[in-house]
Amino acid sequence: MEQQERDGVTTRLPEPAALADTSAEVPEKHLVPVFDAKSVSIFYGSFRAVTDVSLTIYEHEITAFIGSSGSGKSTVLRAFNRMNDLVPIAHMDGEIDYRGVSLYGPDVSPVAVRRRIGMVFQKPNPFPKSIYENVAYGPRINGIRKKSHLDEIVESSLQKAALWDEVKDRLNKSGLGLSGGQAQRLCIARTLAVEPDVVLMDEPCSALDPIATGRIEDLMHEIKSQYTIVIVTHNMQQATRVSDRTAFFSVLRNEKPGGNDTRTGVLVEYGTTQQIFEDPHDSRTQAYVTGRIG
Amino acid sequence: MTVDTYSERARDSAPAASPAADRGRRRPRRRWGDRLLFAWTWLIIIWLALPIAVMIIFSFNNPHGRFNFTWVGFTLKWYGPHLLDYPSLTTAMENSLIVAFAATVGSVVLGTLVGLALGKYRFRGLGTANLVQFAAISAPDIVLASSLLAFFVTLRVPLGLPTIIVAHIMFCLSFVAVTVRARVLTLDRSLEEAARDLGAGPWATFRLVTLPLIFPGVLAGALLAFAISIDDFVVTSFVSGSTQTFPLWIWSATRNGLPPQVDVLGTLIFVGGLLIAGGSALFGRRGTR
Repeated sequence: MEQQERDGVTTRLPEPAALADTSAEVPEKHLVPVFDAKSVSIFYGSFRAVTDVSLTIYEHEITAFIGSSGSGKSTVLRAFNRMNDLVPIAHMDGEIDYRGVSLYGPDVSPVAVRRRIGMVFQKPNPFPKSIYENVAYGPRINGIRKKSHLDEIVESSLQKAALWDEVKDRLNKSGLGLSGGQAQRLCIARTLAVEPDVVLMDEPCSALDPIATGRIEDLMHEIKSQYTIVIVTHNMQQATRVSDRTAFFSVLRNEKPGGNDTRTGVLVEYGTTQQIFEDPHDSRTQAYVTGRIG
Repeated sequence: MTVDTYSERARDSAPAASPAADRGRRRPRRRWGDRLLFAWTWLIIIWLALPIAVMIIFSFNNPHGRFNFTWVGFTLKWYGPHLLDYPSLTTAMENSLIVAFAATVGSVVLGTLVGLALGKYRFRGLGTANLVQFAAISAPDIVLASSLLAFFVTLRVPLGLPTIIVAHIMFCLSFVAVTVRARVLTLDRSLEEAARDLGAGPWATFRLVTLPLIFPGVLAGALLAFAISIDDFVVTSFVSGSTQTFPLWIWSATRNGLPPQVDVLGTLIFVGGLLIAGGSALFGRRGTR
């Protein structure tokens, strides 16, 4: 891919496109792993935010991370595109493979990782630029200069994010003038514009009203066939509505005799969404999904 | 968004005491308190503007000698080649401009970095570093001036333009750092993360996202730095050696009378400042839409 050449780093990230071509022929039950996290623990300074998380994310599925605050679900999500690297005091133990290659390997560039693995944030955060410039930002920094090419990318990304019809007549207006739901779809378009393989969503609907939330959820279903999506959500109904698989995280308290108990996030249970909600194996999962705690 | 509140505040501040004004508009007769407030406001404005108005008026005066204190007649001649009648004044003005530009550039570069560090990161000594900025702002000029002079003399640095510039960068830096820091504190960190997520490196993120967002703070800091530097007297007089700047020249000339050229240069600086302030207000308004 031309992006990799421009990067100047031998990233050796495998091509999802090659795999995507064959996906039509493979039977539906055949699951292609995208991420494989092995015994991941993440620390902020001496604070152990999550402990010993192992799970596999599959291609063209929507995986939901649910759990109470402080259970480390966002922290794990941010490990998938090395966003935690930006926090100076954060470090990670364990390993995450992305399509068979170690994501944190010595010759893997975090910039290339983030290009391939996009992120949508909790609060809609368009850049204070025009709608067009917001979407064109990613392609531009990745070296696409030709106006006609950029136009194409902007239109197709906004189409995919189901925003094109609403904004096509005001592409030069500021992205800050959009409503919350529109702004979040703009942020999704901005992420899709760099043609990622995976889209990570960190509570993308927590700042939106139910109608805007519904549109984002529809959108997730529409783009699922082309992308792999991981979504962190506080909303269990949302997890049941959109996801194929659900990981339930919880807070583990270690009470120490000295009175200063430590807390850390753990992955309690991971399975198909149906299994997690209808037949949870762990009592903590059951308590959470039935609304008894958290 | 932060930018929104910024523009709203700018719009709101134009009609001061807007609830009172609204009430006044609905009732046919203005309330007594409103009138008093109105008169008081204008009194303050006049008080602030009167000396400047006198200076501008006397820049068009046509006195016979160097004493430009009584009105003789209107002339535009000081705005022509006669402006340069006093070579030492011209040199002093040039020096002031050189110092002000150098101090602005130097303090904006260093102060922006300091402001970013203070606003973005939590580190040991953050509180002290913050305190030092405010201490530098609130410290009396005379303290800065005498300590700087002692510093330069101890190090045997010859006094002149370079020492003036170093001193000016020093006291302008904190103003820039404080305004930039205030802006950085309102930054939504996820914007930078979003830029990084799209594949921007640290430098590209700074140039394309962070800098445009903190630019109003940087600009405000730069304007402050320029304004503080160009009229500084106390610190400059200590560290200038035999070099003269505009304020130093005026000070030394008062005994022999101030020629109209001083009023003209003063007027030009004032108009320049007005244009820059107006321009930045315009820029700010456009930037937030």
